Amino acid sequence: MEDIHISSEELNGVHLHLYNTNKFKTVSIMLTMKSPLQESLITARALIPHILNGGSIHYPNRKLIQQKLDKLYGATLLLDVQKKGEDHSIVFRMEIPADKFLDDSASLLKSSLELLHEIVYNPLIENGGFHSVIVEQEKRSLKQRIDSIHNEKMLYANVRLLEEMYKGEPYQIPAFGRKEDINSLDAIAIYQAYENMLQTDRFDLFIVGAFNEDQVKLMVQNIFCEQHNNEFMKGFSSAGVTVNDIKVIEDKMDVKQGILLLGYRISSTIQDEDYEAARVANAIFGRFPSSKLFRNIREKESLAYFSHSQMESNKGLLIAMAGIDFIHYERVVEMIREQERAMKQGEFTDAEVEQGKGMLINLLLEAHDSPVGIMDIFIQSVDSGLSIDIHDQIQRISKISKADVICTAKKWELDSIYFLNREE
Amino acid sequence: MNELHPIIYEGLEETIYYKKLPNGLEVYIHPKKDFHKTVATFTTKYGSIDNKFSPEGKDYFVQFPDGIAHFLEHKMFECEKWDAFHKFAEQGAFVNAFTGFTRTAYTLSATSRIKENLTTLLDFVQEPYFTDETVEKEKGIIEQEIKMYDDNPDWRARFGVLDNLYKSHPVKIDLAGTIPSIQQITKEDLYTCYNTFYHPSNMLLFVIGPVVPEEILRLVRSNQEQKEFPETKKIRRFFPEEGAAVNKSSSVIKLPVPIPKVFIGYKESFPIKQGQEILKYELSLNVLLELMFGSGSEAYEKMYENGYVDKSFNFEYTHEKNFGFSIIGGNSYSPEDVIKIISETIEKFKKDSINQDDAERVINKEIGAFLSAINSPQFIANQFTRYRFNDLDLFDVLPTLESLTASDLEDVLHVHFSDDSRTTLIVKDK
Repeated sequence: MEDIHISSEELNGVHLHLYNTNKFKTVSIMLTMKSPLQESLITARALIPHILNGGSIHYPNRKLIQQKLDKLYGATLLLDVQKKGEDHSIVFRMEIPADKFLDDSASLLKSSLELLHEIVYNPLIENGGFHSVIVEQEKRSLKQRIDSIHNEKMLYANVRLLEEMYKGEPYQIPAFGRKEDINSLDAIAIYQAYENMLQTDRFDLFIVGAFNEDQVKLMVQNIFCEQHNNEFMKGFSSAGVTVNDIKVIEDKMDVKQGILLLGYRISSTIQDEDYEAARVANAIFGRFPSSKLFRNIREKESLAYFSHSQMESNKGLLIAMAGIDFIHYERVVEMIREQERAMKQGEFTDAEVEQGKGMLINLLLEAHDSPVGIMDIFIQSVDSGLSIDIHDQIQRISKISKADVICTAKKWELDSIYFLNREE
Repeated sequence: MNELHPIIYEGLEETIYYKKLPNGLEVYIHPKKDFHKTVATFTTKYGSIDNKFSPEGKDYFVQFPDGIAHFLEHKMFECEKWDAFHKFAEQGAFVNAFTGFTRTAYTLSATSRIKENLTTLLDFVQEPYFTDETVEKEKGIIEQEIKMYDDNPDWRARFGVLDNLYKSHPVKIDLAGTIPSIQQITKEDLYTCYNTFYHPSNMLLFVIGPVVPEEILRLVRSNQEQKEFPETKKIRRFFPEEGAAVNKSSSVIKLPVPIPKVFIGYKESFPIKQGQEILKYELSLNVLLELMFGSGSEAYEKMYENGYVDKSFNFEYTHEKNFGFSIIGGNSYSPEDVIKIISETIEKFKKDSINQDDAERVINKEIGAFLSAINSPQFIANQFTRYRFNDLDLFDVLPTLESLTASDLEDVLHVHFSDDSRTTLIVKDK
């Protein structure tokens, strides 16, 4: 089996997670800054990584940052913002070739960490705010990004479902923010959100690949030398919200295919005891091509090309979805609800439970074969507070019984039905 | 008995084992001891462009309905007494498939019961089972898949550009066909296509993971020996004369889009190139596109700062034995400005000579991207097959990239970017 070494520790207040393995050709770095979701901050936070990437003190424009990255053997820098349950994360991801595949790269990892640090900590500042030209460019770019989600019908439907389902909660806002907030934000307001991020966010730095662990720790300690004393605060929680009436939402667009989403409140998050049971339930219900939704809606009735379900592990949310002909709306809603009922009444076999568990274990092992998968496992372990050891993880899935699955499925409550319909 | 032929890639610390079986099947096994999963791809050299050929035993060409290779891919999952999705699920494995312009690939991914799963992969792809009823049933599913693509403006735009570029080459046809074209497909058509293209001699099996090459070979060989295949026949495909000129030099299409889109396409005028030559050409063009329009380029910076493009701006290049094209573009409120800057940039590059330092910076970037890509066993399985089908070796990418010079880039610059082979497409809101 593979020779790996995993460690997590705090250095200057940054949580450093190292996964030392020889199996990749690259070293992957990810820096995340996490704060509780706050309605007033989401849009500003969505702009921050892009503004930082627009210029720093030593690399004062986007092109110079990019050319520096290119010189580091095409180090890629990906920027993202994510909503995870009640938290909002700003994510910087970098990937560089492992030293041994290059001739002249003795300190590629060090140079990359220095560049990452430069981008995050040394932004271009003027008059107490970010550089206004960069800010305006990124505001425009974010507006276009938000407009363009109309092109991605699944994403659009998802955003709209969550907006309606969590009305009044911070979770209703997409991770990339809201168009209406953009105009009111200026260089100073966004800079304040940035300072707020430095002072209160939880910082996690993940490094996956082949390196000398002691050297890397020293590097991180020297490069990320700012002292963080961040006490991470817990935000809003919608646990315990009960569903009164099922909301039915319909949007109309010029589309050829109807998109149907059913949003369930399942009250099992990664921090709950029955989390693994809920994952097994979802595996039987709709996650895989062997699951009930695919088998019934696609294979038996030829009503859809895609028909599946997914869980948001930090929110206690499950969404069932299908792309269907407009005239089949009622029929497919009925079919999904029928499968939901079957889950709650235990109308599935022990073999299906074993199969679901097998698929989840397979996914877990597969995740260990990619740097992104490994960083995801780290994050889950931070979120759940449980051991990252692969055997413990398998053990947690293996012990789920049919009774556990029924018990968790019984808690599923349909909250909203969303349909993206055609214009008349 | 050491029958496997090892191919050693020293710089990358990889070894791949190769064997061609008596029935013609090429088997490649790539051991990766530290990995948990095994990925196997079983691929036929048959894609959407192979829509006119002479069926077995016939001496004339027959045209088949658009989207048939993709339809066939869907139908392979159902065997007479069993179904591949469910069997793999029982065995804890994932299965997937895709149809491209030139190939159809079936992919297995599993972390346990590798021998059973591999056998299942070979068996379901080698057991055609079509009835009138099951063929009809699949039409409803594929109809929804086509509608899903119809609602994707980028997909539509891509085929819009290909339609502008090509007069008659089948690369212009949507991979999944159209709703009317798939209605014409019959079980007899499917058997004809299957029998022509799914012969082992037209296929390649690639297995990568924590496997013992000799064991995998033994299993595959004994599986193949239990099956009977007709004698190998040469496949005769028909491709129309295409020529260097484009079908349309510009067009505007109307789709429901929140932001207009603009794309500039270039058709490869003389795409027939052999082996190593294709690799060098393809990599040079990728480097060149990155140099001219990548995120570190002057042109991109100018377009981004002026708000002509946003982060959706992108470019791609595809080259196969008998076609090739590049497409550059993305969302834009100023499509004409984007077209202008792209044309000017190309002209400027043609006039001035390329700076060796700039070339090296971008080559480094491509090397990094390649090393990152080969972290993924799926990528290796898939791309190794693609390169083999073009008589190339995926792992030659690295030394070839390292050997590129500014003058290699200049050579392809003048060949590829010619005004006769250019088109523009603007997508406007309805």
